Amino acid sequence: MSDIVLLGDEAVALGAVHAGISAAYGYPGTPSTEILEFLLDYKSRHGAPHAAWCSNEKTAYEDALGVSFVGKRVLVTMKHVGLNVAADPFVNSGLLNIRGGLVLAVADDPGMHSSQNEQDSRFFADFAKIICLEPRNQQEAYEMTLEAFDLSEKFHIPVMLRLVTRLAHSRAIVQVGAKRDENTLSKPDEKRGWMLLPATARQNYLDLLEKEKEMLAWSEDSARNPLENVREGKVYPLGIITSGLGRNYYDENLPELGPDIPRLHISAYPLPADKIRTMASSSKRIMVVEEGYPLIEERLRGILKHDTHISGKLDGTLPRTGELTPEAVRKALKLAPRQLRSAPGMELPGRPPQLCKGCPHIDTYQAINEAIGDDPDAVVTSDIGCYALGALPPYRAIETIVCMGASIGMAKGAAEAGVKRVLATIGDSTFLHSGITSLVDAAAADTPMTVVILDNGTVGMTGGQETILPTSRVHRMIEGLDIDPAHIRTISPLKKNAEENRLIIAEEIDHPGLSVIVSIRECIETAKRDKKKAAQEVEA
Amino acid sequence: MKYDIILSGVGGQGTLSVAAIIASAALKQGLTVRQSEIHGMSQRGGAVVSHLRLSDGTVDSDLIPIGEGDLLLSMEPLEALRHITYLSPSGRLISAAEGVENIPVYPDMNKIREEILAQPGARIVDARSIARDAGSLKAVNIVMIGAASGSIPISKENFMAAIDERFRTKGEKVQEANRRAFELSLAEACGAGS
Repeated sequence: MSDIVLLGDEAVALGAVHAGISAAYGYPGTPSTEILEFLLDYKSRHGAPHAAWCSNEKTAYEDALGVSFVGKRVLVTMKHVGLNVAADPFVNSGLLNIRGGLVLAVADDPGMHSSQNEQDSRFFADFAKIICLEPRNQQEAYEMTLEAFDLSEKFHIPVMLRLVTRLAHSRAIVQVGAKRDENTLSKPDEKRGWMLLPATARQNYLDLLEKEKEMLAWSEDSARNPLENVREGKVYPLGIITSGLGRNYYDENLPELGPDIPRLHISAYPLPADKIRTMASSSKRIMVVEEGYPLIEERLRGILKHDTHISGKLDGTLPRTGELTPEAVRKALKLAPRQLRSAPGMELPGRPPQLCKGCPHIDTYQAINEAIGDDPDAVVTSDIGCYALGALPPYRAIETIVCMGASIGMAKGAAEAGVKRVLATIGDSTFLHSGITSLVDAAAADTPMTVVILDNGTVGMTGGQETILPTSRVHRMIEGLDIDPAHIRTISPLKKNAEENRLIIAEEIDHPGLSVIVSIRECIETAKRDKKKAAQEVEA
Repeated sequence: MKYDIILSGVGGQGTLSVAAIIASAALKQGLTVRQSEIHGMSQRGGAVVSHLRLSDGTVDSDLIPIGEGDLLLSMEPLEALRHITYLSPSGRLISAAEGVENIPVYPDMNKIREEILAQPGARIVDARSIARDAGSLKAVNIVMIGAASGSIPISKENFMAAIDERFRTKGEKVQEANRRAFELSLAEACGAGS
């Protein structure tokens, strides 16, 4: 055993290495990114296990399925909204006879620090009827990753490890063990477990429902769901159910609460219904302290008698939105608020994130704004990435931000609904993630719209990972769609080209068919980093 | 013993590096450490905050409860004011003097300074000029660590070791400048009576 300082994300990554994975896949997304970054670095130093970014979360998950099919262990990582993209293979994989352990580490972002929603991935685990483990600190993140692989191979199901921002991006000392060997390569003898034809899928679904009972029995017994302070025959005024970081905030306030309160901490799902009933029978009121949506709280209604008094997010005891905090839990527990300092006697202006000085997106947005001019009927859609900051002043260049790849499809819809001047802006990595399929639609219909690909050669917002394909190959891919070559244009977003760029964009907006403009200049942050690296190499 | 530090600044200032250096020094001191930070969108020139919790026992919450912070160390004056609520009434507030004026309407700096100094236990450090005296303008963050070090239950030796480690790959000259920045700042802080 040795002690090392790790981010929650890194603890998962190292746990996976020690569990004996052969491969890891993912798509960058805050707050999950550092899991695969750690594994990429590990691979560069140790040669194995294999680790790679993928085009998107769906392809990552499917790569992972292939590894499991041939008997090896695999980790797949993404942020919560990434699981929407991977939902098809993910939900179906519940019906498979998983062989090599398959663990999905998915990081939720309650409070939306860097996300477009705060959906709770535990619902997805519940939907796919698989086990979900929810660590509350870095040590648990490491240990539960190991356990998740064992459970995956024991029940032959994928296992979800649900993280949240505060755990993913918080560092602590973790005591770690040794690495175990990888599985050997072996194809399954029987194939039904990996074939979802209607006839076989029906069988597999019955198998899953059988496994569900076993998983429930396991969850009831698991030390991951400890029930404390419940004494036969004694009834307390309040019993607490905690999950995830909710327990940390509860414990933070515990010294002022007294030690005698019944508490069930749930970190392994499916929900241990019997333990919940035992807990409820000893408490007049139940309070649920969970990070995310009120999943446990809602499920209690189906587990407990209908007149049980339940408090939590649904009755306003805890805030319905945003992250849990020690204060919110303190208030819910009716502890006196802490003494505070007097607030500053002046209004503090906000400091929202903004495009970096010298960012190529600034020049592209300025050119777009000038090309469109004062036309209230024009539509400019956009997408997920740094360039979403173009919505803020002084640019105010874009009007929609929905999900990865939506800009192109939405532009097509707006054009087909009758808007004359429609423009979509999308980054190169987002384009490769899920913009390409919409561009196929637009190319097939020769929709009168303009797609501007903001090609900075990097996945900027998540820290400058390399785009899966370089600019030249993206360009050839677009050409391969047989879009009129006269309307595939390239611009270089620099101040000195401002007028030329404005003219090109204006021309293409007025073209009565599909145009694609690739705006190429390297991300200023990546360029700086590369320059620094090159200088260091020269010195060395 | 527990000691909670709120670190604040603007994306790109190196707030998270400051947190990492103090955390590393705390580990050398044999303390339990939790260091929470926010990555992603907030790092693009926006407000950045990191919660660093030190203890000789366990740490439950990654977040410092409001009103419990022992030290608010800010790389930027406006950001110092933004997080006052985390600081306990008896805590210390140490802010760099220089502002990062990357927003359309930045408040009057005199007013900001006044508000900071009106807080009990507050001090403003001219980090830039101390860093210049130490021989490297890049050492402003180390100056801030030096200014705060007397309040944090970590020995000077462990701070120095953490700083040396941080700049080991940058060469002796950079290491020396940062060591000097720490020493000068610590001496100045002692002179300021803190």
